[in-house]
Amino acid sequence: MNPFSFLTQMIRIAVPFLFAASGGVVAERSGIVSLTLEGFMLSGAFAAVLGTNYSGSPWVGVLCGILGGLIFSLIHAVATIRYRADQVVVGVAINLLAIGVTRFFLKLFFASSSNSPRVAGFGGNIKAAGFDNPLLWLGVLVAPFVAFVIYKTPFGLRVRAAGEHPDAAESVGVSVTRVRYAAVAISGILAGLGGVYLALDQHQFTDQMTAGRGFIAISAVIFGRWDPIRAALACLLFAAAETLQIQLQGSHAIPSQFVEMIPYALTIIALAGVVGRAVPPAALGKAEA
Amino acid sequence: MKEREAGGGRREAGNQAGFSVPASSAASAVPPPASHLPPPAIRMEGIDKSFGAIRANRGASLQVMPREIHALVGENGAGKSTLMRILGGLMKPDAGRVEVNGRDATGWSTNEAIAAGIGIVHQHFMLVPTLTVAENLVLGCEPKVRRIVLDYSRAAESVRTLSNETGLVIAPERLISDLSVGEAQRVEILKVLFRGAKLLVLDEPTAVLSPPEVRELWTVLRRLRDNGDTIVLITHRLDEVVDLSDTITVMRAGKTVARIKTSETTPAEIARLMVGRDVSLSAGKRVQPVDRATAPQPDQGLEVGGLTVMGSRGIRVIDDVSFTVKPGEILGIAGVEGNGQTEVIEALAGLRPVFSGTIMVDGAEITRRTVAERHDVGLSHIPEDRHRRGLILEYTVANNLILGVQKHFSSHGIIDRDRVMENALTEISSFDIRPPSPVLAARALSGGNQQKVVVAREMGREFSVLLASQPTRGVDVGAIEFIHQQLLDARAQGKAILLVSAELNEVLALSDRIAVMYRGKFAVVMPAVQASEEVLGEYMIGTKKGTAA
Repeated sequence: MNPFSFLTQMIRIAVPFLFAASGGVVAERSGIVSLTLEGFMLSGAFAAVLGTNYSGSPWVGVLCGILGGLIFSLIHAVATIRYRADQVVVGVAINLLAIGVTRFFLKLFFASSSNSPRVAGFGGNIKAAGFDNPLLWLGVLVAPFVAFVIYKTPFGLRVRAAGEHPDAAESVGVSVTRVRYAAVAISGILAGLGGVYLALDQHQFTDQMTAGRGFIAISAVIFGRWDPIRAALACLLFAAAETLQIQLQGSHAIPSQFVEMIPYALTIIALAGVVGRAVPPAALGKAEA
Repeated sequence: MKEREAGGGRREAGNQAGFSVPASSAASAVPPPASHLPPPAIRMEGIDKSFGAIRANRGASLQVMPREIHALVGENGAGKSTLMRILGGLMKPDAGRVEVNGRDATGWSTNEAIAAGIGIVHQHFMLVPTLTVAENLVLGCEPKVRRIVLDYSRAAESVRTLSNETGLVIAPERLISDLSVGEAQRVEILKVLFRGAKLLVLDEPTAVLSPPEVRELWTVLRRLRDNGDTIVLITHRLDEVVDLSDTITVMRAGKTVARIKTSETTPAEIARLMVGRDVSLSAGKRVQPVDRATAPQPDQGLEVGGLTVMGSRGIRVIDDVSFTVKPGEILGIAGVEGNGQTEVIEALAGLRPVFSGTIMVDGAEITRRTVAERHDVGLSHIPEDRHRRGLILEYTVANNLILGVQKHFSSHGIIDRDRVMENALTEISSFDIRPPSPVLAARALSGGNQQKVVVAREMGREFSVLLASQPTRGVDVGAIEFIHQQLLDARAQGKAILLVSAELNEVLALSDRIAVMYRGKFAVVMPAVQASEEVLGEYMIGTKKGTAA
């Protein structure tokens, strides 16, 4: 196994996780459960392909993908913040809705039930091994950026307060509602970008192409104990496991299913308190009183 | 610090105006301020506020002059906190008018209230435990560098500056979750001062403090008043009121019943105003001792020895309390609320862990038993809050009547509906629950009938010891009389009854002996025939101590 190719492949695999998990950290720190990352990614991926297909420019695709993630996140925000619906139930519904909606538009725009035609993407130089893709660099930088926002800005302070003690935030005039809307929108945009990267990397949209990556991202958020940097490291770890599985294919040393289980097994271990205690934001998942 | 300095201007204005008022004029009963007088710091008139069927405020009023410490007293549920939430912009009144420094402030927002210099120190701290002192201080009005970055060092500097000004010392980098209650409260006060508060409202600030922390708080509050701030202190502890306040407003059942100058009143008078003179039906007709054909066995009834219960912060909320309740006897516990009555009942009922001591029912030790096991040895419990502990409001009356005893209505793990219905119909008729429908959700019943459901469940089965906590709170007069009669009947049947009530009349009318709780201890235990409101009142407020028979 070539360590360089392992590393580059790992980073390429990690990028969608990094985007989605960074978004998930922001939403969850504000108190809104991010089960929806999968749906945001899928809608972002489809919108990106749609935009690229009709404009010929992947940059238009990026904007469309952001919009796709944003629209779904706003549906989630309205249902859970304005109407105080149960965040887990709505989250599951959003994911199912994203599958249905993308499938419907796939049929409508591309007359296919499996995949879109091939669209333009970024980079493509074989020697660059994917590192000529600006989205990849964006993905590598997104976690430090989110860490800065969460820990060093007034907005981040308000996000953390909203997720831990919303009444305290309200009592000093911070609108928890507004903070949470913003946080969920950010998670939609970032997870949408994760989907964009995925779709443009493969130059097409395929039905349910996110294939559980959003859930792995949530696992990374939890495994990283709601800290952007630790969540990013968890993404890299999970990506390494997936890379290993790909590179071991054919060797049959370890059944690939076991390698695929790694993120989820680690998450359960993390939640069970083996690796330090995973304490979620105190107000996570609770409708504002 | 800009906010604080900006507030300084208002302070000056308030001072000059304050000096021109003769102190006595502030004390007369809510006079409309004459035109040459300064406006009161707070003026609330005719405030109504309802939550569903509960009318928390009905025509409440409050007038606080600048530069005074004003005590707002009343029992739990009298509407004090609601009134202050309206003042702070956390709630809007259904009716009424709010003025702050002469300006109309009716229905304003939290931000407007903060901008006008109102700072509320909530009973339950409004601090984010995972953030530092400095971060909590600036939350909502953060100092920034280059417009987007939080200026943490300036936030920390603000903590230090305010600490120097007020004497409330606290390290800015510490996490709130690491602080003691007293320290957390310092942060709360610093927080409102940082926002430029000139008008501080403290909601039950001493509820969780130790005596030295209370003394420290008093020093700080006096200093703030002397510096020109106005302070409203919400409390139901009369010693604090007398200690600290200049003027007192007494609230009862959502209404303002008096506004008095502290120097012109006595704790006993305040207590009477708080509790009210409303006479319940059974008041006045003292119960006669039960004729006991045979002396009860010495180990029967309820026996409590050296009971100690720790509160949330390592304070002994119940401190080494011992007593017995014999069969055929009602022991009444009186006291100002918050002195440990709730905790005693919860510890006996198995809802709160016992730190040390023993609890015996009919000779069986139940100190560490589960709630269900306590039921089985003959302990019944009418909880003080029927909505939180007594009922499941969505359940039908029939199902509420078997809560906790459902195993007696089931065979092989399946509930026998016929027996449940039969039981419900029996209880409904013998406890006069109206409307007499077992399939109605408990939510649909009036407060009095809901309480009858609880009473029916707890008293409709075999028991030897009954814990009756506020058994008639918030129920109508007819239900009060009915429940009183049930308690007296049970006593006549040889049950041991421990009665806790905020209604002194109720305790006096029903009890054979009366204990007064003060700060987690029994201040006195006396036969009811020797007790009166006046006698009990002195023990309740702690001016008299000692244990009679």
